[in-house]
Formats: sequence, C-alpha cells, structure tokens
Amino acid sequence: MRHSLRRDITIGAIAITALVLLPLVWPSKALIDFVIRGASLGLFATSLNLLIGYGGMVSFGHGLFFGLGAYSFGLLMQRTGMPIPAAFVLTIVVNAAVALAIGAICVRLKEIYFAFLTLAFQMFLYSLIILWVPLTGGDQGLRGGIPRPTFLGIDLADQKQLYIASCVLLVIGLMLMRHIVASPFGYTLRMIRDNAIRAAFLGINVFRIKLVAFVLAGIFGGIGGVIMSLFVSGAYPEFAYWTVSGEGVFIIMLGGLSTFLGPMVGAVILLLLNDVVTRFTEYYGLTLGAIILLFALGLRRGLTDFLLDYWRQFRAARAPMQRS
Amino acid sequence: MLSIERLSKSFEGIAAISDVTLDFPTGSLTAVIGPNGAGKTTLFNLISGALRADAGCVMLDGTDLVGLSRTEIVRCGIARAFQVASIFPSLTVEETLNAAVQAHRGRAAVLGQRFPLADCGERAREVMDMLSLSKEADTLSAKLSHGDQKLLDIALALVLQPRVLLLDEPTAGMGTEERWQMIEKVYRLWEREKMTVVFIEHDMDIVFKIANSIRVLCYGRVLAEGTPDQIRCNADVIAAYLGTEHEVEP
Repeated sequence: MRHSLRRDITIGAIAITALVLLPLVWPSKALIDFVIRGASLGLFATSLNLLIGYGGMVSFGHGLFFGLGAYSFGLLMQRTGMPIPAAFVLTIVVNAAVALAIGAICVRLKEIYFAFLTLAFQMFLYSLIILWVPLTGGDQGLRGGIPRPTFLGIDLADQKQLYIASCVLLVIGLMLMRHIVASPFGYTLRMIRDNAIRAAFLGINVFRIKLVAFVLAGIFGGIGGVIMSLFVSGAYPEFAYWTVSGEGVFIIMLGGLSTFLGPMVGAVILLLLNDVVTRFTEYYGLTLGAIILLFALGLRRGLTDFLLDYWRQFRAARAPMQRS
Repeated sequence: MLSIERLSKSFEGIAAISDVTLDFPTGSLTAVIGPNGAGKTTLFNLISGALRADAGCVMLDGTDLVGLSRTEIVRCGIARAFQVASIFPSLTVEETLNAAVQAHRGRAAVLGQRFPLADCGERAREVMDMLSLSKEADTLSAKLSHGDQKLLDIALALVLQPRVLLLDEPTAGMGTEERWQMIEKVYRLWEREKMTVVFIEHDMDIVFKIANSIRVLCYGRVLAEGTPDQIRCNADVIAAYLGTEHEVEP
C-alpha cells in the first residue's frame, strides 16, 4: 500500500475538526475527560507499538517514558515557571536523552532479555521517584498542582481548551508516527523485525536503527505523560509503575499490532471497559483478565487485526465471483 | 579472480575445511559438489565472512577478505543466497527489494521521505525482472511458492551488485521440473550479468549440464577440480562420490 503524505494530512485535519466539534454536538464533561485520557493513553500505546509491532522489540518498561514525561514537565513547570511550550520542548529533550542512554544498553539484547532490562530501568525510575522526596514528593507525588500559565492566548487550566490542545497533540503525534512507519526508516525497521541477520547482510546497521526507534518511541510515550500531567495537574509515582507498561501491552493486545491505529482503538476499548466495569463490579482486575483471555484465546489477535483478516478473507471470497 | 589459498577451519578439533586451495576464474560458472559434510557450506560461510577462517586466505582480485566483517565483504563484491531462503515474510516482493536497494545505497535510516524512495524503484524493478519475479511484485514474501522464495533470496543478493555470487543449493527442496526452471534462471542470469557464479548442487545432471567448471570437496579437502568432462572421468571422484553410473555415460 502506498502512503501519501497529502492524504494523511487531510485525514488529520478532518480528525482534529471532528474532535473539536464533538463537545458542541454532545456537551458532556465526562466526554471531555474521556477524550483527554484517550489522547494520553493512545499516544503512549501507539508509541509502544513502534517498538512491538514494527520493531519486534517487546518492551515491558515503556511506562518509564510516560512517567518521565509527566514528572519532567510537572517539575519544570513547578520549579522554573517557564512558559508551557518551552517546558514541553525541554521534556522531549529529556525523554530523548534518557531513551538514548537506556536504549544504547537495551536494544542489543534479544527478546526476553530486552523485555526484562527495560522493566528493570523502569523500576529504577520508580524507586528514584519514591526515594527522592525533596524533588519528587515521594509517594505523595507532585502536589500543589502544576501551574498552567496562559500562552498565546491559550489557557490550559480551562478544561475545554485543554481538550482542544490534547486533541491537536494526539492527531499531530499520530500523524508523525504514521509518517515514521511509512518512511524508508519504517520499512528498514520492519526488515529487522522479520529477519535481522539478513538485514545486516544487506548492510543495515541494526543497532542504530533499533536505537533510533527506541528514542522516537520514548519521545512520543513522554508526550502521553505530559497530557496526563496536565489533565490531573500533577504527577504520581503510579505513572512510572510497571503496571503502566503492562497496560500498554494490554492495549496493544486488545486493539491489534499490525494496523497503525490498532493501539488507538485498544486505548479507547480499555478506557470504556474501565468506566463500565468499575460501575458494576469491584472485581475490576478479574473482569479485565477474563476479557483479555477472550481476545487471546477467542480472536487470537487484537480487534483491528481480526477485522482486517476478516475483511481480506471476505474480499478474497468475493473476487472469484466478480470475475465469473 | 576469487582464489582461496590454504584455507582451514575446524570446529572443536574436527576439521571442516583443511588446507583448501581453489580458484574461481572471473566470469566462470562453477559448481561445488561433494558428499554431505564435505565442507561446502562451510566454505561459503568462510568466503562470505559468516565464519572466520583459522588459517589461509581468501583473495578477491588481490584483496584478502579474511578478517573483514560481513558488510565489508559485501562491499568488496561478494554476495550470497542461502540454503533456506532468508527473506522478510511480512513484506511484499517489491517492498523487500525497494527496502534492500535503499539499504544498499546507505539510505535505510531516512526519516524525512516516504517509502518507497523514487530513485530506488528502478533498480528494484530491474532485479525483479532479472529473476522473473515481477508478476509476484505485490505478493507477501511469506505467501510465495518455495521456488519464488529462493529466487527472492537470490534477488536480495543481486541488489548488492556483486562481482561474485555464491548460491548455496539453489534447487534444494524442489521437484525435478522446478529444479530445471530454477537452474535455467540462474544460467540466464550468469550469461547476462557476466559475474562469477559459484553454486553448491547435489543433482549431478544439473551440474554436468550447466557448470563450466567443477570443484569436488570430500572430508574438507579438494578431491578434484576441472571441467565437467575431466571430473566425469576422474577415478577418485568416481570412487568417492559419483559411483559407476556416470562413468558409462559418453
């Protein structure tokens, strides 16, 4: 399939417009909250899928970048009082630098070793947050709210404006990641996932490509964290706990890893489950576990993967009929 | 000319290749034959840098390749295809070759443009045509027939514009008819591209029909070398490998 840039930009513009108009059609505070959380989780899961789906690198520690994004942004805003765009850019720089250092150590490793070392680094950050009380507030998190001064006439303390900003960040983030997977780099990444040895024989520097993918995923995962910290006006150690990584993997299993928007779909499903299940039962974990088993054993893949296969079979079955 | 001088390699004390000296003249189509375990694939692994030789040298037009990395050896002009097709299952044939061409041109990490790069497409199509893979351009590699997967593997080697092409059993696992189709494509490729082709083959009918010279390995040593006619009449080869069947042929 050819991916045209112009088509993607058109789709992106339509998506932003639709999302911005949504609360006008359906004015609901719950909806606004839902979309902001969806933007945060969707960016995070899609960035993780750059590694899992496109790079074949199953990271169990991607939550590190979510937590790092939230804390870096929150601390910069609380301690320096710099404008939001500057803190945003600096947060990206911090995430990229940390991803570069950790990636340089991790991406050489294969499969389970990679998974566990990323997890170890994540738990290291978590411990650091818990123990470095003067800076991070320890297990209480960054309290007292994150100042959100107005910039360029935009006031992110206003929930509606934060909603629009989150939608714009989500769509631009998704478009950028979409561009990455549709670039020559994206195809090289797929080659490495499929057959790293042959890729090396073709002169590809496997280490460098994997490292760049790790850094890019760390940046977009961090942006998910920034949105979350703006939403809750704080940052908490749970943002950097291993369960966030688990949630990311869970979302990808729900939504599917071979279509670009699979993780986004998965994030929406998880949030819906979250809201619905907790309304009816306190056995949240049990219900979610049963549902993931249903996906794993029943569909044996994520929802979008299942639908895509179904559609292909449907078309293949119809094609001979049309010819005759 | 690719020449191998006093090359040795052993695994845990057992010699896989011992003191092998061989020449592969530029532009020749040479078959390497020998019983199982004769060291044929090991020889290819040593030439292509997948294994490092214990002693001896591999010279390509005066450059010693021993000790160079796989990528450096590829740059010197030696490419190989594998006994079991080594391809990229989730990419289509055309995507595979486009991605391989961009990698060969050092543009594997380009982020600012869209795949496929316009200037890589021509070469990708050229290689597809060479091996008559064009009709399968949009087929996923995983769904290709066994023979087409082997062709795609060879196509990947051709992308690297090699001077020497090493083919490890290009007809392995194929039926008789498919074998001849495959070897015909290899032969036409050799005729057209005028490169040095070295192939490992077990089917003696194929070997004697298309190779213009033959090297026989046995227990890691060179048993014989020469033209098909010389090999056919060589008493050592008949005793060790061919049996009497080929002796009575004209």
